Formats: sequence, C-alpha cells, structure tokens
Amino acid sequence: MKSVGVSPIVRLACRCMARLIQIFALYVIFHGHYSPGGGFQGGALLAAAVILIRIGEGRPVSQVELSSSATLGIGSFGALLFGGVGLLALLGGGNFLQYDALPSFGLSPVGLHYWGILVIELGVALAVMAILVSIFDVLTEDDESEG
Amino acid sequence: MLYVVRDLPPRGDVEAPLHAKSSEVGSPAAGTYYIESSYKDAGTDNIVTVVLADYRGFDTFGETVVVFAAGAACLLILRGRRRS
Repeated sequence: MKSVGVSPIVRLACRCMARLIQIFALYVIFHGHYSPGGGFQGGALLAAAVILIRIGEGRPVSQVELSSSATLGIGSFGALLFGGVGLLALLGGGNFLQYDALPSFGLSPVGLHYWGILVIELGVALAVMAILVSIFDVLTEDDESEG
Repeated sequence: MLYVVRDLPPRGDVEAPLHAKSSEVGSPAAGTYYIESSYKDAGTDNIVTVVLADYRGFDTFGETVVVFAAGAACLLILRGRRRS
C-alpha cells in the first residue's frame, strides 16, 4: 500500500468521499431514534471513512485523523461508556441499564430513556469504529513495513 | 420446509398467535407489549431501537463486548505472531 503510486484523482476522491461518509454516519447514529440505523451501522460507516483515508492516502497521512495506537483506547472507552451507563443506573437504585434510575438532570423518566438510548448508541458506535479500524491496521501492518 | 410454510399465518394477520395479547398458556406476549408501549416508555419512534437499546439493553451490551473482544483478540494474536 504505497501512497506514491496512487493517482491524485483517487486521493482527492477518497478525501471527498470520506467526509461525506462521516456526515452520513453521524446522521445514521443520531437519527436512529426515528429511522433505521443506530450505533452498529453508524460505527461501521465511520470505520469505512477512516479506512478509505488509510487506503487512499497511505498510513502516515491517515494517522493524523485517527492514530493506530489510539484505536484500542477509543474502543474500550465506547464499551465502558455503555457499561458505565448501566452501572450508573445500578448506583441509582435500579436494575442494570434501567434508564429511569439514572440521575435525572431535570428530565422526565421518558426523557431519561430517550437520552440513555442515545448515549449507549454513541458508545456502541465508538467501539465498533475503533475496533474495525484496529483490525484493519493490524492486518495491513506488514505491507507497510515491507513496502 | 416449503410444505410447512403454507401453514404459516399471512403477513399482517391480526389473528395470528404472534400478535395475540397473551400466549396460549396465558402469559403476556412480548411483541404486542413492545408495539403498544415503546413510545410511551422511551419517547422514541423507532420500535427496533427501543427494543435493542432499552428492553434488551443487556443483550446489546453483550454484543458490544463481543465486538471489543474480537478486536482485542485479533490485536494480541497477530501482534504476538509478528514478534516471534
């Protein structure tokens, strides 16, 4: 995967496409309450955008956006965000992931469910994105060091 | 299998056991409850999202942990093989 051989047209197309995919991914995540979509799908789209930059621009440039060493940390942060919401509900006196029991910042129980769902979808999206990128990184590490 | 498919209720059949208020043994049916009360419970239009993230939130948490475990295992195995 040498970035030298990639033509400028491909590189420009990758840059444009990656931004569009990222915007669409955010739409899929945040509109999951009203339409098909959610954390898993949006996370896969975010990963697709990052991997497109990795392929088109080569590894050194793409590290600026999301460095390979940060992926596992972001992935664990996403999973822990999900688990943290569940444990916070436990501390509030409810069951695991019972959103009513979360500390309410002036929200009704229904509102707590609404925002709780959004937070855990974000956690899922971060975990899926980071893990997919980290698998891609570890599979293509060899090509980079040899080429 | 095709022979059995002919006996299945048609799509959208309100008389189908799947859409009954309670099952044949008298326990309440989950599907009907979700359709009736998902908006009231969570204020979210998408029933699939409510079932996935609210009623079955623990299941989704397991899925996320599985994805994370898969990534961590890939990292450990492939990095470890490279060093040796």
